Amino acid sequence: MSAAPALLEEQFDDPVQQREAATLGMWVFLATEILFFGVLFASYTVCRVLYPQGFAAASRRTDMLLGTLETAVLLTSSALVALALRAIKLDERRSAVLLLAGTAALGASFLIMHGFEYYSEYTEHLVPGVDFLQHGPQAHAVELFFCLYYFITGFHSLHVLIGVAIMTVLSARTAGGSFGPQRYTTCELAALYWHLVDIVWIFVYPLIYLVGRAA
Amino acid sequence: MSAAEAAVLPGSFLAGGHTLREWLITRDHKRIAILYGLGITFFFFLGGAAATLIRLNLITPEGALLQAATYNKAFTFHGVVMVWFFLIPSIPTTLGNFLLPLMIGARDVAFPRLNLLSWYLYIGGGVFAVAALLAGGVDTGWTFYAPFSTMFSNSHVFLVVIAVFVSGFSTILTGLNFIVTIHCLRAPGMSWFRLPLFVWAMYAVSLVMVLATPVLAMTLALIGLERGLGVGIFDPALGGDPLLFQHLFWFYSHPAVYIMILPAMGVASEIISCFARRRVFGYRFMTYSMLAIAVIGFLVWGHHMFVAGQSMYATLVFSLLSFVVAVPSAIKVFNWTATLRKGEISFESPMLYALGFVGLFMLGGLTGLMLAAPALDMPLHDTYFVIAHFHYVMVGGSVMAYLGGIHYWWPKLTGRRYPESWARFAAILMFFGFNLTFFPQYLLGYEGMPRRYHAYAPQFQVLNVLSSGGASILAVSYLLPIAYLLWSLRYGRAAGDNPWQARGLEWQTTSPPPTENFRRPPRVREVYDYAEPAP
Repeated sequence: MSAAPALLEEQFDDPVQQREAATLGMWVFLATEILFFGVLFASYTVCRVLYPQGFAAASRRTDMLLGTLETAVLLTSSALVALALRAIKLDERRSAVLLLAGTAALGASFLIMHGFEYYSEYTEHLVPGVDFLQHGPQAHAVELFFCLYYFITGFHSLHVLIGVAIMTVLSARTAGGSFGPQRYTTCELAALYWHLVDIVWIFVYPLIYLVGRAA
Repeated sequence: MSAAEAAVLPGSFLAGGHTLREWLITRDHKRIAILYGLGITFFFFLGGAAATLIRLNLITPEGALLQAATYNKAFTFHGVVMVWFFLIPSIPTTLGNFLLPLMIGARDVAFPRLNLLSWYLYIGGGVFAVAALLAGGVDTGWTFYAPFSTMFSNSHVFLVVIAVFVSGFSTILTGLNFIVTIHCLRAPGMSWFRLPLFVWAMYAVSLVMVLATPVLAMTLALIGLERGLGVGIFDPALGGDPLLFQHLFWFYSHPAVYIMILPAMGVASEIISCFARRRVFGYRFMTYSMLAIAVIGFLVWGHHMFVAGQSMYATLVFSLLSFVVAVPSAIKVFNWTATLRKGEISFESPMLYALGFVGLFMLGGLTGLMLAAPALDMPLHDTYFVIAHFHYVMVGGSVMAYLGGIHYWWPKLTGRRYPESWARFAAILMFFGFNLTFFPQYLLGYEGMPRRYHAYAPQFQVLNVLSSGGASILAVSYLLPIAYLLWSLRYGRAAGDNPWQARGLEWQTTSPPPTENFRRPPRVREVYDYAEPAP
């Protein structure tokens, strides 16, 4: 037994039009997201050009192991959500539920790992505005780096948190039979969102964790 | 108007559902447009009150009315309210919301709930703006330059930043809604090059809204964080870069100027075509030039920073691009003029507003070219010349076109006719009042009077008095339409479906339209086919 087609809202002529509108709306939303993050990336670029050595020094203070693990976890979760969408389209409800739940779980573990990172930076007095205590000629640049680090990863983690909530709800709704081969637009849009969160992280990872490691 | 209106127009979107609650949870784009109209009118007069204080203060050289600190708050409030709570939402959220689905033959926008949410975000932002005013105001100027806004100002920067941030989401969601509506909900036969230019203007402006506003929101969030936590990237004392703030701010705020003017261009195209009884000259060029303005408008922000310390090479490039963006604007002015040629022109009140728009926009645009030249901008920067330039574009251009549009579509919105002679009088009065207010400011700026000071050298007094006198005429011309338009709601004669014999699908339905917009599917024809008889 698969889910009934989505209800047609009165402004649309047919389900195809409704689906196209929702998908285009999501893409436009993702474009705005790129510009939100774009401000942070542009600011990062300007500050790094101003203080190349300070940024390299600060980057070495980040936890590359956790950062790499987080990257792996997030990329895997993106694969899971893509598989979940396929499962829904093939009407394999059980595996869809598990895959969506798996996506949410990996997202949550990403957040937990970030929590550990934040905590260890706190103990090292690396949190600007809260507890920042560094000395040396590069102290200002290190503070700027960690400012941007918190702005960028904080804003990104907020997106992950929202995504985890969405994936959890979708997993439950799939279990309840809300989605199927006739009705999967919501899941497709959520997957698009999750991929964007993933792609943003692909840019964050080298900027934060890999800068100046080789030097 | 309830009982009488319902008797005359059964099934109109105004009939039925009269309670406040039914209005506040409506998803009808036409009702949401009216909700926006109320909010925007409120903020227009709030911002106008601040302008009144400014002009009263500047009657005397010593600035007798306001102290310097109060004056700073007055012009900041004027700028913030007029830019974000009037000009940017003005045409798209009222006329755009109302007309866009009608013009493309749709039943509603693509996401009606999101549309209502946008209104609540706009009002929510407005509440913060009013709260900032009541708490004592803000003195940074509408530009929030760091580090003054983050470290030194003792006024309510937080509240205003939140206000603009929240209302920014309203703008983003409106733009998103319009883009999807235009792409997906056009009636069968309504191809892209049959769209009225107003719809094209909404499309171009939505692109700018969606792609520029997030940058402002994020930048203001960074200002808030820097101010709250004392850490950040803009304050040079922290190692940050104050120019970075200006780059980010103007990356939004220059395209924002096109958010204000593109819809006005759309309105003017509709009106001029209708009252010249001719197809818009160079229709396709009009669409391309609007898209060109939307795109190139993103590449000129550095002309706000010629004297701010950006590199000479950046200045040269931004100057060149600023000249380039004037080309599509000029194409539009030429095409409006060419539309009039051999037209059967009649000077109804919307036409007077539209012609006023073209003239004032042209003067504002040409003086913009002067400011785009670095050699001229050096002495003219931060003088009243700049004030006059952008008021010609924003007030002479956008507000004139907004009022023209309100008059043109008023019969469609309400089903009523307003007293035409009063409307013509108001339009002409506005043109003269506007020029008397702002033309002297060109001269003041050219002679070197700086902006944002509450006092000035005595030799500037005559021109300042002229300007303040003009402002009082302008105020009357803004109050007049309120009076006769409200009067017309009750006493105006019934408009009929198409009082101007205009083309466009919105004129094929009843006035005011029914909730579902069209009782029978509209007949889609070539755009502006004034050569053919009206349907």
